[in-house]
Amino acid sequence: MSKIPLQFRHNGRDVAIFVDGGTNLLVALRELIGDMTPKFGCGQGGCGTCSVLIDGELHLSCLTLAETVAGRSIETLDGMKQGPNLHPLQRAFADHFAAQCGYCTPGMLMAAKALLDRNPSPSRDEVIEAISGNICRCTGYEPIINAILAAASGRVSA
Amino acid sequence: MLELRKDIFADERDDNLKEIGKGTQRQDMLGHVTGTSNYFNDHKLQGMLHLKVVRSTQAHARIRRIDTTEAERSAGVRRIIRGTDVPVNLNTLLSLINFGKDDEPSLAVDKVRYKGEPILAIVADSEREAFEAIAKVKVDYEPLPAVFDVEDALKPGAPVVNETYPKNAFIYHDVYDHQRLRFGDADAALASADHVLEQRYQMSPIEHAPTETNGAIAAPDTNGRYVVYTSTQALFFSVDTCAKILDVPSNTFHFIGGTVGGGFGGKVDTLTEPLAILGAMLTGRPVRYVFGREEEMQYGPPRGAERIYIKDGVMRDGRIVARKIRAYFDSGAYTRLSSYAAVKCAAHLPGPYTIPNVYGDVYCVFTNRTPATAMRGFGVTAMDFAIECQMDKLANLVGMDPMEFRILNAYRDGDMKAHRREAKNTALIECVQVAAEKAKWPIRDEFRRASSRKDGGGSRAAIPPTPTESRARPAAPAQQRTSYDRAPVTATREPPREPPPPPTTPPPPPPRPSAPSHGATRFSSVFGTRRR
Ligand code: FES
Ligand code: FES
Repeated sequence: MSKIPLQFRHNGRDVAIFVDGGTNLLVALRELIGDMTPKFGCGQGGCGTCSVLIDGELHLSCLTLAETVAGRSIETLDGMKQGPNLHPLQRAFADHFAAQCGYCTPGMLMAAKALLDRNPSPSRDEVIEAISGNICRCTGYEPIINAILAAASGRVSA
Repeated sequence: MLELRKDIFADERDDNLKEIGKGTQRQDMLGHVTGTSNYFNDHKLQGMLHLKVVRSTQAHARIRRIDTTEAERSAGVRRIIRGTDVPVNLNTLLSLINFGKDDEPSLAVDKVRYKGEPILAIVADSEREAFEAIAKVKVDYEPLPAVFDVEDALKPGAPVVNETYPKNAFIYHDVYDHQRLRFGDADAALASADHVLEQRYQMSPIEHAPTETNGAIAAPDTNGRYVVYTSTQALFFSVDTCAKILDVPSNTFHFIGGTVGGGFGGKVDTLTEPLAILGAMLTGRPVRYVFGREEEMQYGPPRGAERIYIKDGVMRDGRIVARKIRAYFDSGAYTRLSSYAAVKCAAHLPGPYTIPNVYGDVYCVFTNRTPATAMRGFGVTAMDFAIECQMDKLANLVGMDPMEFRILNAYRDGDMKAHRREAKNTALIECVQVAAEKAKWPIRDEFRRASSRKDGGGSRAAIPPTPTESRARPAAPAQQRTSYDRAPVTATREPPREPPPPPTTPPPPPPRPSAPSHGATRFSSVFGTRRR
């Protein structure tokens, strides 16, 4: 099978890989780049745990053909920390007990970041809408919603 | 009085407990929010191969022939694993504590017993190539009549699902085809009750739907051992199960787990590790076997379905005088943990109430459905649902407030439970009182003043005369062996016996039944015998 050369930005760094035709972005990130933060939950667009930002927009990496991101900028949870410090969303998730098993957390955080990047002070309904494509089987969502609202209003510990 | 056994682990106790009322951060939280928590699938190993299984398309069928000629030639295929390649291709999970007979193959050999049962495993260079090879496998089935309903499965002439249990019911202690509880004379009490209410309750199977699917990665280590990264919820259980199935000492494995992407009971069955390790043994390469979402939802084990019949006798003043229960736990095609679920179900009767006449029969039934497994209070959840629905209906029947009705019938300290153990540390009355208060639900003064510590015991501590059933006690048959066993084992099981008495000064024994009802002493220990 012929390989396709592919270049894009990954959390602010230029990367270049060869992918098989048909490879999805989730597999490319995890297995070729080695960024294990996007998770496989279904491979069918049903759970959102593979969520990443493509040019700032929220996408499901399991349903994105890797070749379509050539030249674009991908953000994952791996790039969220600000140097040694947690991003306010990460801090808020920790403070509000917004992760139990943690498996949905990477996708939730990306969905939350996509929201706050374009709407820094969302309403509760807007938060619920923003994470509606992400399944969490553990927390019951309430702590996650509270964490995102807290991060938006700057109510996070240092 | 609340009893705290502080003598246990006394040297490890820190009684300076000041945790209640303040938050304590989880130790794994930082890993979760930074995405650095290591789940089993986050390990990328050099030269890793991918394992996928061919699953039965039939709910019940004999396998006539498996043709792999084309699949073997398929691109990227490294190894095809058949049931005959599995060293000990028959297991039951609780055999580790010597409970139940081996009844489930890792890969089906002569028969499939549920839709989705694994038949072959294919190890290939990539997942895609494994899937392509799977599409080329031809399995010739001879369909057999299937049974999907617990009560149909117990009827004479029903298709035999699992030959290890030809009556389609799990056999306890080699003798009993169900769990039974007898306390007092339920039939006589029903005959003289003011009202009798009989209802049927059902619960469907429930999928755990963890966000992370079941899976494992096994890799040969240079020291002759195998490193296994796994999603298991029960690491040591999985180690021993793999050791048994692969017929090697358990120190052959170095299991790494603990970070589980949601389990809820659906990751205790050691579903993927044995084949992943066998794949690694046969190819000498790291092998990954992870369920797809469809496999997880359709063939991963659910919480078992239950059907429950409750017949209660209640007096006009609200006292429940008899409760008769017949319950069926749907184990699916194999035992896994359902035998234990049925024990828990029976142990939970008649709910947290003091009822002088209780009669219970609980069956663990085999059907051609996906094998069931653990899930949050399995065995008890459906029974509680049924009992509490019934309580509301009974309250309605006698025209009582449902909260007051529960307080009236609640067990209290000193009461005799149907299992012939004294009720201790009871708190249902207080729970109902608090719930009523929080819900601003008015209850009358006498019920607000009721207490679990008052008015229990006395005549409520008595064990009522219990009619013995004239049923010849069947003798235990020799343990069945099936064609799957490689070498017949001659050792027979020890007869069940009482657990050993506690070593130190025992507390005063609870009042004992003058004549134990049928089988009561045997059921005092869940598992009967210990592994020798
Ligand atoms: S893995 Fe992409 S949506 Fe579930
Ligand atoms: S924390 Fe487990 S799925 Fe969300």
